[in-house]
Amino acid sequence: MTVGAGSAVVVATEGWRRLDRRMLAMHPVQEVIRFAPALIGLLIGGSGSGDGPLWSLIGVAVVVGLGLLRYATTTFRITPDQVQVRKGLLRRRVLAVPMDRIRTVDVTANPLHRALGLARVEVGTGRTDRKKQHALLLDSLSAPTAESLRDELLHRRGRAARPAVDDVAGSATEIVRLDARWVRYGPFTLSGIVTIGVVVALLSNAANEAKVSLSRLGGLHSARTQLAGIPAWAAALEILAMAAVLTAVASTIAYLLAFWNFQLIRRSEGTLHISRGLLTTRSTTIEERRLHGVELSEPLLLRAVGGARCIAITTGLRVGRGAERGGSILLPPAPRRDAVAVGARVLGDEHALTAAVVHHGPRATRRRYTRALGVTGVAVIIVVILVAAGVLPLWSVIAAAVTVPLAGALAADRAHSLGHAVVDRCLVARRGSLVRRRSMIRANGVIGWNLHRSFFQRRAGLLTLTATTAAGRQAYAVQDTCEDVALRIADDLTPLLITPFLAIGS
Amino acid sequence: MAPIPAPPAPDSPDSTALRLRAPANRVSRRAIRYWATRAAAGWLVPVGSQVLSIAISQAALGPRLIAVIATAVLAGAHCTVMPQWRYRVHRWETTPTAVYTQSGWFDQERRIAPISRIQTVDSERGPFEQVFGLANVTVTTASAAGPLTVKGLDRDVAAALVDDLTRVTEADRSDAT
Repeated sequence: MTVGAGSAVVVATEGWRRLDRRMLAMHPVQEVIRFAPALIGLLIGGSGSGDGPLWSLIGVAVVVGLGLLRYATTTFRITPDQVQVRKGLLRRRVLAVPMDRIRTVDVTANPLHRALGLARVEVGTGRTDRKKQHALLLDSLSAPTAESLRDELLHRRGRAARPAVDDVAGSATEIVRLDARWVRYGPFTLSGIVTIGVVVALLSNAANEAKVSLSRLGGLHSARTQLAGIPAWAAALEILAMAAVLTAVASTIAYLLAFWNFQLIRRSEGTLHISRGLLTTRSTTIEERRLHGVELSEPLLLRAVGGARCIAITTGLRVGRGAERGGSILLPPAPRRDAVAVGARVLGDEHALTAAVVHHGPRATRRRYTRALGVTGVAVIIVVILVAAGVLPLWSVIAAAVTVPLAGALAADRAHSLGHAVVDRCLVARRGSLVRRRSMIRANGVIGWNLHRSFFQRRAGLLTLTATTAAGRQAYAVQDTCEDVALRIADDLTPLLITPFLAIGS
Repeated sequence: MAPIPAPPAPDSPDSTALRLRAPANRVSRRAIRYWATRAAAGWLVPVGSQVLSIAISQAALGPRLIAVIATAVLAGAHCTVMPQWRYRVHRWETTPTAVYTQSGWFDQERRIAPISRIQTVDSERGPFEQVFGLANVTVTTASAAGPLTVKGLDRDVAAALVDDLTRVTEADRSDAT
């Protein structure tokens, strides 16, 4: 084995490569930081009583040891048609992914990585990323190696098939970069709630380990005395105001941390390149061939201030919870027209993003109301019965009654959001209120159709048409439309597919 | 493409409105008894535990008797109505270009997937299904949301369907994503 000058990549036999040696220095530090609350607690609280701190220390030692083993056991190589990773000590595992299955490459570097010039590489494939242990993850490589690995995986392959592209770098066009003024949308993202939760958990964990009672800490204690001295409604207002301010500040900080230096670039090799992050930098490369659509997502608060974000509908990136902050984000919360513009440039079709949607009519609207009011109505009746039985206090009836107009407003907004359109071989489906999503999926990304009719939908003569796809959320629904409309959508997007199953002479 | 009639005026019941017909093939008739048996097995626990509590405990019999009778009636209705209803709904069809299934009973779902996007075709038999000579066939596509499952097929029909679909999809080995 030889160590190249300047580069710490060890080249093993037959082209097998190792992780960067500097990860050995980084890994223990990283684990110690992760266990910091426990360790701080240990230092402050002393080791006199209980085994908790001791177990924390043993845990840290074991995790560090495992990390060091990972360096010794993980190797990878790139053959002309596969990328292979060997890992594991007791259970040796070889992950082999065909090159043409690679959809995305994600290069992340947290502050520690960056201090040491390292980066973590994650390769997204269409299918294997659903299970964690199958993830193709290399933690860590040197930053230049990570960059060149990404180019090897996504940009250079197929060179022979596309001889026109033979310059190494290719050309890049910037689609959008972060405008500092967009930070004003930060407070409306609510992402700070998560941050606050994490901080509170860390603090209480540390305090717990240190055997310090939180209620006896100076600031909290005086706050409690003050709150106890004023009427209940004033105290509630004060707590709410405090929570709102804290959330706004934390959300803004979270916005800055996640999206600082955000930049979306289109490269001539057929990839989209997204880079962002203040402390932890992340750069995601998406193969455009696998991008089947875009989504405009407008959470209620953000919508109220005219903001929206844009998300890629693509295979190979994890979706679901956190997708908004994950790799598939094409534009962080920004003015709505900017989100529309970015979506249009990525999709190459402005009309799909701006076209008016067809609303689903009075029956679909009625269903929004019966569903929203039905649930709250039942809840109110239960509360009334419980109050009559003396189980609940009288004011709970008022609290329950307040939810009825709220549910009505929600239903009205949901009915207003609901709609669809077929524009330029692209399915546009819009729905939702608390998070309104307008999804645009290209026809060639649609695999098949599910037509769901619940008992009540059948009575109302409605059905929900779902386009299944390998990208994004896997299923995009046109909710509560009538059969004729649904079948015309399906027939527009996938010609001939449903034709044999249409009723003859209807 | 077959000619698609022009869209009717909104909200007027029109004879030119597109409608999907049900898939051509029913599942095996034995599936009715299989579904009934499985449902009955599921009801054994709640009904059995209530009967047991009546047998063991000495406390007031009335309310518990009503509860067990109500449960038994519900179970009986479920075991007789559900299998018939489900048999009427469950249907399937394959053409050279597509697979089409219909399933459910209270809530119903139709699924259509093109043959060219099929990734795997599996057949599966649970212990109960073995007894009734039945099998399930599941067709998956690259979408996690789109597997098409035909339940309660005759074992031979299922085997033939799997063979058929495997042969057709093997001819088309594109990436399907």
